[in-house]
Amino acid sequence: MRRYFGRKLLTYLMTFFVAATIDWLIPRFMPGDPVAQLVSRSNGISPEQAKALVDYYTRLFGLDKPLPVQYLNFWNSLIHGDLGLSVYGHGTPVTDMIMAAVPYTLALLIPAILLSWWAGNTFGAMAARRKWLDNTALPVGYVLTATPYMWLALVLSFVLAFSFRLFPLSGGYGFNLEPTFTWLFFTDLVAHWVLPFLSLFLVQFGGWAIGMRNMIIYELESDYSRYLEALGAPQGLIRKYAFRNAMLPQITGLALQLGVVVSGSLVTEIVFSYPGVGHLVFAAIQSNDYFLLQGIFMFIIIGVLLANFIVDIVYVVVDPRTRVAMRGGTA
Amino acid sequence: MSLQVTDLMVYYRTLAGDVKALDGATFSIADKEIMGLAGESGCGKSTLGNSLIRLDGRMKYIGGKVNLDGAELPIWDNAGMNEFRFREVSVIPQYAMSAMNPTRKIGKMIAELVESRGTQFSEIKDELEKRIDHVGLTQDVVNRYPIELSGGMKQRMVMVISTLFDPSLLIADEITSALDVSTQRAVAETLVSFRDHGYVKSMMVITHDVSILYQIADSILIMYAGKLAEKASTKTIIDQPRHPYTQMLVSSLPEVGVRYADKKLTGIPGSPPSLLVPPTGCRFRARCPLAFAKCVEEPPFVEIEKDHSVACWKVTGPNA
Repeated sequence: MRRYFGRKLLTYLMTFFVAATIDWLIPRFMPGDPVAQLVSRSNGISPEQAKALVDYYTRLFGLDKPLPVQYLNFWNSLIHGDLGLSVYGHGTPVTDMIMAAVPYTLALLIPAILLSWWAGNTFGAMAARRKWLDNTALPVGYVLTATPYMWLALVLSFVLAFSFRLFPLSGGYGFNLEPTFTWLFFTDLVAHWVLPFLSLFLVQFGGWAIGMRNMIIYELESDYSRYLEALGAPQGLIRKYAFRNAMLPQITGLALQLGVVVSGSLVTEIVFSYPGVGHLVFAAIQSNDYFLLQGIFMFIIIGVLLANFIVDIVYVVVDPRTRVAMRGGTA
Repeated sequence: MSLQVTDLMVYYRTLAGDVKALDGATFSIADKEIMGLAGESGCGKSTLGNSLIRLDGRMKYIGGKVNLDGAELPIWDNAGMNEFRFREVSVIPQYAMSAMNPTRKIGKMIAELVESRGTQFSEIKDELEKRIDHVGLTQDVVNRYPIELSGGMKQRMVMVISTLFDPSLLIADEITSALDVSTQRAVAETLVSFRDHGYVKSMMVITHDVSILYQIADSILIMYAGKLAEKASTKTIIDQPRHPYTQMLVSSLPEVGVRYADKKLTGIPGSPPSLLVPPTGCRFRARCPLAFAKCVEEPPFVEIEKDHSVACWKVTGPNA
């Protein structure tokens, strides 16, 4: 058990190291000079003043040092929890900017991932045993899962927000409100949350439902199901076993899906101008903000790795075969 | 008379039409009898075995009756059969190695299974422990997952599970096929001991391996292309087979003391007919060295002496 988790942990640490290095590389190989861009925002300054500003910013962001030193500095400050200063935020620490955006993204992602997983699996299992449901649900499921997140987001915002005006079109809360702990603010927050949530939920729901339906049908044809049927076991027991065993690949699927969902949430947030991490990525790219982009990617890397690690642990609990593999098997 | 099957017909539905896999079978198995059912692949032996316990989706009941201990089995009625399954008719499937749910401990699976059939686990617990000893497994097997057992252990465990309710008829479908020869012998002996201990009343052992039947079966039923060819005691089938197919099948078995480097082991030339459009008359006549004019008519399966039935015009005579 300890060896298994030790090995897993090592794999995750190595993945983190490589991902973080790539994360550091990407912005530096992007075209464009962030400092020049920052300076160009200050209007009406003389060339001398501009040069002084460039020097100042270059030193402030540590860009005057050679690349290997920059790389070491990056790790050093990363260990101290310092992700640098944001160019886009005019020198605000990146950590603060991410922390302000994270609650919105998590409030969007966690319910969307977990609810769609739960609802999709339940619905898929139901579809596997009812012919009419299967015939109607399957095509809908295929269409949903093949839909790009941002396209569904556009359709939803056009129909439900623009045409029928049931929900607000964009933003995290109304422009006329300040974040406070009041009922008014809370309801407004929820109203803004519904559409981005729906567009993430629906796409994933279709995928889970189809996966579950196919797995259940496969499990019901398997040898242990046939044996139980031959021994006259009631359908309830057979379906219970089939459902439990069909869940296992779905748990793995959840781990694999996490990365995809995070990127899906990025475009969804951009469509709805939702003030989450995705929106921040967009802004960071537009203003060549190394540190912000790097910080956000770092946050996503840690999030995805952490989620996968949790799924690994869950898998050990639910699938006895993983436990046997860990002990090396006795068969 | 434990099992009495009368003119049982079961076809497979395919896109090309009905495959007549079992086309009129009439035979019986006595109490305490272990009947071997042999024939080459696709002759309908597994279809016969399966139809007595569970018709799968592609199998279609056409006609005939099955009577077990005086009660008629509603084999066409999947739900109606449930009450007989496990308690009266049980099966050790061909896929015994993968018959147990991989994610349940064996003991828990057994408990859930018997309780779903309306019996408290505590009622059979002592018997289960006794039988686990009987097949040579250790008691901790109930706390293990199937993956922790070897193939042979899984097979023995399935044998115990299938016979927990002391069924009247046990169908063992190709259970020795995936085993090596020494394990085959152990499994075959276990089957006999199950009968001797009264765990099962009578048994039907389906196999393509006649030599296994020679060791354990009281009688052997030979099938060919969906029809019964011959049924007699094991000794008669091996020593004095009457049907030409049985004769050729038995003579193709290797014998002790013969060096096959000198004398080539012969098979039966030709291959069985398609069961989609089976030939009229005797289905073996295309491969039969004795075939004559009468064989275009279908030979009846008749008893030529006590407990010895054959379907062949040469044996029964053209006027039978």
